[in-house]
Amino acid sequence: MRVLLRNPRRELEIEGPVQVNQLVERLGFNRESILVIVGDLLVTGDAVIDDSASVEIRPVISGGAS
Amino acid sequence: MKCRACREPAVIDVRRHNAAFCQPCFLKHCREQVVRAIEDHEMIAAGERVLVAVSGGKDSLALWDLLLGLGFDADGLYLGLGIGDYSDTSGDHARRFAAEHGARLVEIDIPDAYGFDIPGGARAARRVPCSACGLSKRHLFNRAAVDGGYDVVATGHNLDDEAAVLFGNVLRWDTAYLGRQLPVLPGAHGFARKVKPLVRLSERETAAYCVLRSIDYLVEECPMAAGNKHIGYKEALNEIEARSPGTKAAFYFTFIDRIAPRFRGEAETEREGIHPCPGCGSPTTAEVCAFCRLQIKATGAAEVAGT
Repeated sequence: MRVLLRNPRRELEIEGPVQVNQLVERLGFNRESILVIVGDLLVTGDAVIDDSASVEIRPVISGGAS
Repeated sequence: MKCRACREPAVIDVRRHNAAFCQPCFLKHCREQVVRAIEDHEMIAAGERVLVAVSGGKDSLALWDLLLGLGFDADGLYLGLGIGDYSDTSGDHARRFAAEHGARLVEIDIPDAYGFDIPGGARAARRVPCSACGLSKRHLFNRAAVDGGYDVVATGHNLDDEAAVLFGNVLRWDTAYLGRQLPVLPGAHGFARKVKPLVRLSERETAAYCVLRSIDYLVEECPMAAGNKHIGYKEALNEIEARSPGTKAAFYFTFIDRIAPRFRGEAETEREGIHPCPGCGSPTTAEVCAFCRLQIKATGAAEVAGT
């Protein structure tokens, strides 16, 4: 599967199928800090992603100290 | 996972509520949290005019969408900060949202109106960029609200923002800031009322709201904010939250309910010294307000212009 990461933007190839929680853990992300989007759909941690899917790991932490 | 409310397949899990939601039930959950924040803290009364501080990011666009959906009379205010491509792109997102929703967006370009940009202003004033940006936003949002006859300024500060600011204020025991870190700052002495209707939603929830509502927000982080203290505090709190879901909410809401009132006196004492800035007329406790001082340093002018 193709995995898009942001900030900075880059892509990885990862072998599937894999459960969302396992993918997030393997990539070293905190579940509180990201959303996982498969195609155009949000998915929960227990979802299993096919090898052919396009996945985005979208960071949600933002902001300056204002 | 199944939706807690209707048992349909879930699209997002929210661990601090020990719950997962399908799309319609999650959007309903977000609306309910915002309504509860507005009602519990008496943020906005029926018929009041709201000015939403809009950056083009997830929080401000989610907030604007939620307020419009709840029937509030809410215009947006976008500030051009002069941060290169980032500002150009963020402005595009704000304008696109306004056009798609038939909403009114007021724009102020800081370089055009005041003769400096945020990176240049920060360098000249020897401030970190987020500090120069934050003080400029607070000043200009308030000024636009007062001049435009708005009753209230609404900002997209979410639970993570407030918990991170609280964490920083506690680490420094900054009691004056602790006394005024509230979901509502009342309007007085030249200040419009300032409200934070997203304090009951985490930023993961506001991002999910935008995805599920097909709101095209700017995902890229501000290049000036990378590695700043505030984001470091958020990462530290998220490490704790991952091990103990609900900690951030308990930290912030216990502070609001039981601790903040103990510091109210310090914040009130600070407000007693407020007077109009001789440069721009905005309220300040200093001889000249922080925004005018920033402008003078950034432009090298003897006095403020463009106000």
